[in-house]
Amino acid sequence: MAEVIVHKMDIRELAYNIRKDVLDMTMHAGANGGHIGGAFSAADILAVLYGKVMTEKDKFILSKGHVALAHYAVLAECGYFEKEKLVSFEDSGSTLTTHEIKDSENGIDISGGSLGYGISIASGIALVRKQKEDNSQIYILVGDGECNEGSIWEGVMTASKLGLDNITVIVDVNSQQLDGYTKDIMPINDVGKVFESFGWNTRYINGHNYDEIEGALEKSSNGHPTVVIAQTIKGKGLPSIEGKPGIHHMRITEEEYNGFVQELEML
Amino acid sequence: MIEYEKKKLIQWSRLGQRKLFGSILNEVADEHQNLYMLAADVGSSAGLGEFMEAHADKFFNTGISEQNMVAMASGMALEGKNVFVTSFAPFASLRPFEAIRTLVGYMHLNVKVVALASGFSLGSQGNTHYALEDIALMRTIPGMTVLSPADCVETAKAIEALLDYEGPAYLRLTGTPGIPNVYKDDYSFTIGKFNKFKEGNDVCILATGAVINEAVRASRLLEKEGISCEVYDVHTVKPLDTKLLDDIADRFKMVVSVEEHYKSGGLGSAISEYYADRINRPLHSIIGVDDIYFRDGDYSYMLEQAGLSAAKIKERVLNDFGRV
Repeated sequence: MAEVIVHKMDIRELAYNIRKDVLDMTMHAGANGGHIGGAFSAADILAVLYGKVMTEKDKFILSKGHVALAHYAVLAECGYFEKEKLVSFEDSGSTLTTHEIKDSENGIDISGGSLGYGISIASGIALVRKQKEDNSQIYILVGDGECNEGSIWEGVMTASKLGLDNITVIVDVNSQQLDGYTKDIMPINDVGKVFESFGWNTRYINGHNYDEIEGALEKSSNGHPTVVIAQTIKGKGLPSIEGKPGIHHMRITEEEYNGFVQELEML
Repeated sequence: MIEYEKKKLIQWSRLGQRKLFGSILNEVADEHQNLYMLAADVGSSAGLGEFMEAHADKFFNTGISEQNMVAMASGMALEGKNVFVTSFAPFASLRPFEAIRTLVGYMHLNVKVVALASGFSLGSQGNTHYALEDIALMRTIPGMTVLSPADCVETAKAIEALLDYEGPAYLRLTGTPGIPNVYKDDYSFTIGKFNKFKEGNDVCILATGAVINEAVRASRLLEKEGISCEVYDVHTVKPLDTKLLDDIADRFKMVVSVEEHYKSGGLGSAISEYYADRINRPLHSIIGVDDIYFRDGDYSYMLEQAGLSAAKIKERVLNDFGRV
């Protein structure tokens, strides 16, 4: 494993690198494509988490498993594994698969992709760690569409019941899911209010503002878990697709790739 | 370590498998520092009353949220715990099956799913509370060990074995309080090795779970009809004791599997899958539950309906034996 670099990065640069890596991986994946929309809505959150906030003993659970490619990108950029490995994304037999396979040595703690379990898994981890009093924090990235799953709320109840203030959930509210806008498919009008009613500390932010993200991720020790409701834009970073439908999962041509790379550079 | 004194074993049989579970766990909890127990609002149903008090730091009641329970267990196992989770069989197996398969199975985690009162055990509670397909489901998970103890003595053995075993497992508890133990004394239990109860020459009976009681009684009825039965306790449905199955296929013209489970996908299916590509294989009578929903009734009524009483097993074996 390469030397892990934390707290030494320029966040803007890291966020740019994550997005560029995601484009490269998706281009390489060809017909298999990549989950660009959600990867880009989460990129700034991941940049702040890994670049500024998380320490080595903290844990990150990607509950929103389909944006694995963004997770791979930030892990590589932070030195968890060699960047050269990214180019094997979605190759048959590769260890960098569309949905993550557990590989703790390389910073991937769960095999993800089945939505709705992250908060429960994290509650189990957090309970053990609370008993050990090791002061670590567990961060979980959840999608707003993912909140359709009842099992999410089972985890929410549990974390609250156990007083797991070593848990911070970030909900990437990009207002879309696979079949369309969340308000049309299965609306939850104010997802923060629902968390709050279950006893969570609830913070609302712009999910693309680095200062707001960092501020919201401050640990709480009041005996309640914390949720950060991050308002984001699906596809953020590529003005030509931002917020548009159909960008959950994309195959891109070389021409599109070049266009996207240019858009990124202009930011 | 559990002491298997004869008097104690008889007391156990009066508790039944599921209430014994909590009691045994309580007895050995101090020897297992990394043990953790999760229950989905069935703490007292699993005999965990004393455990919950004496080992509060090793217990959490998730309430009625079984997917959550399995996912939480997965998180705890990732942190090095040996986690047992429990609910009534259909709610421990079917309801959270995806989580069991995708988290516990796929990540090969140290989580043991303890299914209370499987088969028809809950009698008049009705079909929603029966589990007749759980072996079929659990068998399909790569790396999953499936245990199905014959009686209370074997339940204790299975628990002890699972406390030392690392990996995913499903423990299917069956029967009702008061069913006499088939094991009267301490004996050797190894995951994956069938136990021979009785030697015989004509027919080989392989039974799993509490219904072995009926199978053993059936074998005595068959002896009176001049049919000599060899009887095995299949306490491990996965992995099967294939060496023994090979030996059985060489020695017997007829094999009978008995289970409190649909014919589809359970022990019978597992054995016939194994024998499928043998040139010489015995006639295999799969005795299990047919593909229908029965009217509810108490445990012995249900066994009778499903053809799993000693008399019905005997009839079926007599019938099939006439064909070999």
